[in-house]
Amino acid sequence: MIALISENLLHLFFIVGLCLLIFVPLLLGVVIVLFADRKIWAAVQKRKGPNVVGPFGLFQIPADGLKFLFKEIIIPDGSDKTIYFIAPILTSTLAIAAWAVIPIQENIVLSDINVGVLYIFAMSSLGVYGILMAGWASNSKYPFLGALRSAAQMVSYEVSIGFVIVTVLMCVGSLNLSEIVYAQKNIWFFIPLFPMFVVFFISALAETNRPPFDLPEAESELVAGYQTEYSAMPFLLFFLGEYINILLMCAMMTIMFFGGWYPPIDVAPFNLIPGFIWFLVKMMVIFYMISMVKAFVPRYRYDQLMRLGWKVFLPLSLLAVVVTSSVLFFFNLAPVFS
Amino acid sequence: MTASLLSFYIFSTVILLSSLMVITSKNPVHSVLFLILTFFNGAGLFIILHAEFLAMILIIVYVGAVAVLFLFVVMMLDFKISLDKNNILQYLPIGFFVGVVFISELIIVLINTKFDLSNIQILVNPMIKFENLTNTEAIGSILYTDYILYFQLSGIILLVAMIGSIVLTLRTREGVKRQSIQSQLDRNYKSTITMVDPKSNEGVDI
Repeated sequence: MIALISENLLHLFFIVGLCLLIFVPLLLGVVIVLFADRKIWAAVQKRKGPNVVGPFGLFQIPADGLKFLFKEIIIPDGSDKTIYFIAPILTSTLAIAAWAVIPIQENIVLSDINVGVLYIFAMSSLGVYGILMAGWASNSKYPFLGALRSAAQMVSYEVSIGFVIVTVLMCVGSLNLSEIVYAQKNIWFFIPLFPMFVVFFISALAETNRPPFDLPEAESELVAGYQTEYSAMPFLLFFLGEYINILLMCAMMTIMFFGGWYPPIDVAPFNLIPGFIWFLVKMMVIFYMISMVKAFVPRYRYDQLMRLGWKVFLPLSLLAVVVTSSVLFFFNLAPVFS
Repeated sequence: MTASLLSFYIFSTVILLSSLMVITSKNPVHSVLFLILTFFNGAGLFIILHAEFLAMILIIVYVGAVAVLFLFVVMMLDFKISLDKNNILQYLPIGFFVGVVFISELIIVLINTKFDLSNIQILVNPMIKFENLTNTEAIGSILYTDYILYFQLSGIILLVAMIGSIVLTLRTREGVKRQSIQSQLDRNYKSTITMVDPKSNEGVDI
């Protein structure tokens, strides 16, 4: 046991270092994205947004974070304390864990496993437990209703996300995320699979509880949904998990539909820029779209949300699986057969 | 002791302890959460066996979908009933019966299985036929060729079960106000608003 640890100590430190190399930029990314989100939202509503703390209000987000760190943690009296604290930890941990397989450039990835897509899908489907546990352990009406809504919503939209992923995988012939990017060297998948990109985009909004599908935390109905009873650090963890999940969805869309690290045109000024910059630029463009949706689409009613998921997206994505596989088969385009 | 052996011991200890907690913990929600922990560590065992596809499917299907529905139902129960101590004795005979049947089945299977050490190579490396394939491709190439009949049959059984449960629970209640999306979308300015000029003391016909 001790021999095992001492032998692998160097390797262990190496892996921990690599994890920090993902984690620290990720936190920075969350800060930037939160700031951008608030600024874009403000601009659409002709406000100024955060502009007091630091230059252009840039330090507003770290200041908010610090405030959360130093506030008192209030625990509801009738709550199930263990589960109450596991819930936010689980949410943020799972959100961060999924980033282990995201390739931001050729060969720059922590773990290049050959079921990468399934791993991300598994991690995001586990995310529902954080919310369910939070809602139940708070022992309060609004969090419970919010958690029930959220669980139903996430499970419903996962189905259509799954089928969209299947259509993409059929065009690639591998579950490895790097292979998915390599398959888009000539043409980015959002051109042949544009309807699937739209379905994935909208489902990603529902999956991450973003407006217009933020019913689990609809202020006018449920106060703040499953996180009503949370304060200070646990609340911060929920918040962090939510935004890391949104970034993850941006990265997924970049990898599956926008050609990952490849430049738009493979000519001199473009392909000299390193791949990870293209990756980040694409992610930011997708985040801009998500942010704009938040700014100008009104919130859905719950039955409309369920109708959209089960009666529109599910048949549509099933049809897309059938059509895509038929086209690949009859035109002999499928990568598996070649 | 290798790293995989160590992780095997960790995973299997957690599996045993948490599955014990599933049946002993008083709160049903805790039971379901321990069940989920068991599934999760089972996926860990699959990963040690280099069956990463099965591991991920286990997490996605059991943990991500089946157990969510489980938790969903259990969460809405009033669990104070099950805390009553008299209930434990009530379920003891049937629980004992099921346990005896299960253990005797296990013993029968173990007695009739010959642990032949000559095919240990296959046990250690079951993918010998699929040397250069990932295990997703290996499973696919068997499942959709040799076992296609069983695969389709289980699919049909699940479909029938699904339709059956929907039919059993489907009931149309009278007097429920429903939204017709089509009629809502068909509304327009002309069909919904009429301008009237009401006269004094006469009002409007509705």
